[in-house]
Amino acid sequence: MNPLILIAILLMFMAVAYQLGRLQILRKARHFSKTPHSLPGYYGTYIALFCGVPSLLIVGLWLGIEPHIVEAILLSEIPSDLKKLSPGELNLLLNDIQNIAKNSVPNRSSNPSLIAAAERYNDLRGISIAALGTFIMALCVGILSFTLKKIHPDLKARPIVERCVHFILVIASIIAIITTIGIVLSLLFESIRFFDVISPFEFLFGTTWSPQTSLREDQVGASGTFGAVPIFAGTLLITLIAMVISVPIGLMSATYMAEYASPKVRAIVKPLLEILAGIPTVVYGFFAALTIGPAFRGFGEQIGIGIASESALVTGLVMGVMIIPFVSSLSDDVINAVPQSLRDGAYALGATKSETIRKVVLPAALHGIVGAVLLAISRAIGETMIVVMAAGLAANLTANPFEAVTTVTVQIVTLLVGDQEFDSAKTLAAFALGLVLFLVTLGLNIIALIAVRRYREEYE
Amino acid sequence: MSDMARFQLSEAKPDLSPKRLRKRYRAEARFRLYGITAIVFAIGVLGILLGSIFTTGISAFMQTEVALDISFDANLIDPGGTRSQDSLLEGNYRKLWRDGIFKIFSEVKGRKQKRDLSKLISRGSDLTLREIVLNDPSIIGTTQRIWVKSSADIDSLNKGKTARNIIESDRKIKNHQMAWFDKLMAEKRVRLTFNSTFFSAGDSREPEQAGVLGATVGSFLTLLVTLSLSFPIGVMAAIYLESFAPKNRWTDIIEVNINNLAAVPSIVFGLLGLAVFLNFFGMPRSAPIVGGTVLALMTLPTIIITGRAALKAVPPSIQEAALAMGASKLQAVSHHVLPLAMPGILTGTIIGMARAIGETAPLLMIGMVAFIVDIPRGLSDPATVLPVQIYLWADAPERAFEEKTSAAIMVLLLFLILMNLAAVILRKKFEKRW
Repeated sequence: MNPLILIAILLMFMAVAYQLGRLQILRKARHFSKTPHSLPGYYGTYIALFCGVPSLLIVGLWLGIEPHIVEAILLSEIPSDLKKLSPGELNLLLNDIQNIAKNSVPNRSSNPSLIAAAERYNDLRGISIAALGTFIMALCVGILSFTLKKIHPDLKARPIVERCVHFILVIASIIAIITTIGIVLSLLFESIRFFDVISPFEFLFGTTWSPQTSLREDQVGASGTFGAVPIFAGTLLITLIAMVISVPIGLMSATYMAEYASPKVRAIVKPLLEILAGIPTVVYGFFAALTIGPAFRGFGEQIGIGIASESALVTGLVMGVMIIPFVSSLSDDVINAVPQSLRDGAYALGATKSETIRKVVLPAALHGIVGAVLLAISRAIGETMIVVMAAGLAANLTANPFEAVTTVTVQIVTLLVGDQEFDSAKTLAAFALGLVLFLVTLGLNIIALIAVRRYREEYE
Repeated sequence: MSDMARFQLSEAKPDLSPKRLRKRYRAEARFRLYGITAIVFAIGVLGILLGSIFTTGISAFMQTEVALDISFDANLIDPGGTRSQDSLLEGNYRKLWRDGIFKIFSEVKGRKQKRDLSKLISRGSDLTLREIVLNDPSIIGTTQRIWVKSSADIDSLNKGKTARNIIESDRKIKNHQMAWFDKLMAEKRVRLTFNSTFFSAGDSREPEQAGVLGATVGSFLTLLVTLSLSFPIGVMAAIYLESFAPKNRWTDIIEVNINNLAAVPSIVFGLLGLAVFLNFFGMPRSAPIVGGTVLALMTLPTIIITGRAALKAVPPSIQEAALAMGASKLQAVSHHVLPLAMPGILTGTIIGMARAIGETAPLLMIGMVAFIVDIPRGLSDPATVLPVQIYLWADAPERAFEEKTSAAIMVLLLFLILMNLAAVILRKKFEKRW
């Protein structure tokens, strides 16, 4: 039986419990000839909640720990000659067993003890889910019969139900916090393990990045070097190019739309810019790698400068285009929020429209625009697909935009995509990079939010 | 005294000469031009982007096919002689179509020549023929004219994507293969038909056999998980923060936190999924359920923020009227405020889903980047999604995948357009101005 089916059955059970509760309170109301405290539906919900919530919690908990228990039992039963394996190999073995168990078509190369283990695995899982199902059903029926007896017209069902709902609402809004904590903890733990092997100083200030750890200890360059400066430099270079493209263009188009464009033009151009924002980044990546990249390389060959087809210039350019609508919509809001009285004052002094904008509106909106630009920078730093598809892999420490550079996100993807053990410094390095990425973008976002908030307070 | 001095300083006469005025007006015109240039640039790039994808992708919806006279030899197809399913599955279908093409070019001799000749036809034709036989075993023993797919190189030659006039060593199609193809053309054995495989197959190593159905189903399953997690949780959180939360430090933290979470790079969510869901909870790699959960965490802030805006837009008088009639706070919100805010919340949700369907980076982290041929049938089956499929094809070495990639992008953009259209219609139809 599938856990999802179990949950579906549970939900159906809750619906039945709801109906039973309603009928029960109506019957009891007639019996005691007394009006119930709350509407009948609340008694139904009361019972449904009492049956459903504990059961759902138990199901969730069990599904979380069950794989570990099954694994432990399996490991305690496997033939003793396998026990000498290292944890990594043991993990692989377990993976094999699970794959065989899932496919039900036995792998040709696998030995009989593996197949036996797979069968045992299936048995254990079957037992586990059956036990869970029976237990939950017994629990539900027990609670149902108990609460059906307990409800009474005097029972204040509505406040109880509302308190429960209130509690559920609180939980829902805490999930966002849990997510943040989860991000911080998972990045932090893996990074600490990484910094046990590589010193943070070397990571932050070293200038050579070659994460290729070899398989055998005695090979040349057996341990990779993890100096992340070239990666940070590459990220900054690409971000800088993207900003050089997107900030003037985004700002100018926002100004034009807010100050000059007729409503008709606005109605056409604004959705078009929004389309630019809605295109998935993987599409931009494809565009950069297959259209813009070769075009620039060809152009470079004609005028006699070598432009790598994965050059920082191309990547930054396309990323800049992606960010234009982001900058323009944020600055559009900001410019529109500047009070009309400031403009009127400038016009009254004889300023032309462009003078008003340059000398009055934009300086007044500066806080908000800075916030928008900071958000755009954080977006550019964290952007992944464009750089994965269009930027280079090798970590060059260069400021030449015609050469290929790599970025933090590219390295995270290349380090983590593909099969490898989870404990090597190479894999952990990705988490350390992720931590840096998270902290930098978080810092930028906080500053940006403060800037925007201060701006709002100035004029609202 | 000092006031006086400042007044005197600004006494300088403004320069009102026509020359300076002209200069100012020129500056005005220039500024306007900058604005128009910026907009034209942005829209121009959008045009080039969509145009280049459309022009490369449109041809992927057509596929070259070659007519072969296949003699369905019982000895080859049915080695067991039982006509049973198992026996038919064992048949040597490759020899069928190879014999078919060798028959047309009976003059071709020698191993290498024959190998070059068979390269005109898609290697996936085995499966096509097997399918035909399994559907209708009575065909065995007869000779039929069957249209099979050509190989990707021939396909691109037929569509005019491979130029004929470049030097032979720079082409994948050699001169003798081109001559064979021309002969097939002359015999009217070549046609260009609608490529239904593209919509009915999963991924494949052969460009001509690859399709987007597997990725589309994967996207659908992933989005289903995302929606069923993020919509209820997001709405509940929005209701709590907007209507119930006391104004204190704790709720301030939640609010700042949600705003920050909305701006965290998506790849970080992928790292979270990898560390927590895969390594800690031991959930399966490449599964839509994990991908959907990660995307749900990612879209949750968007839904909460738009949900709160929609709830805030409902005038407080509605809630006050309900409270005055004796409703509890929860009743007032859930019976009166929430239904009125629902169109706004749904619009925000659709926009969040549109972002989720185009998201790639976090899914790479949790292994949805594997090569998967089968069409996923459940939430824990290995699957891939449309944007990841695009990424995989864009990386593939065969040139023929380029048009498939563009075509897959067109499919993805179509979904995005449909979702955004739904959001616009929803907003237009139900939006109330109070």
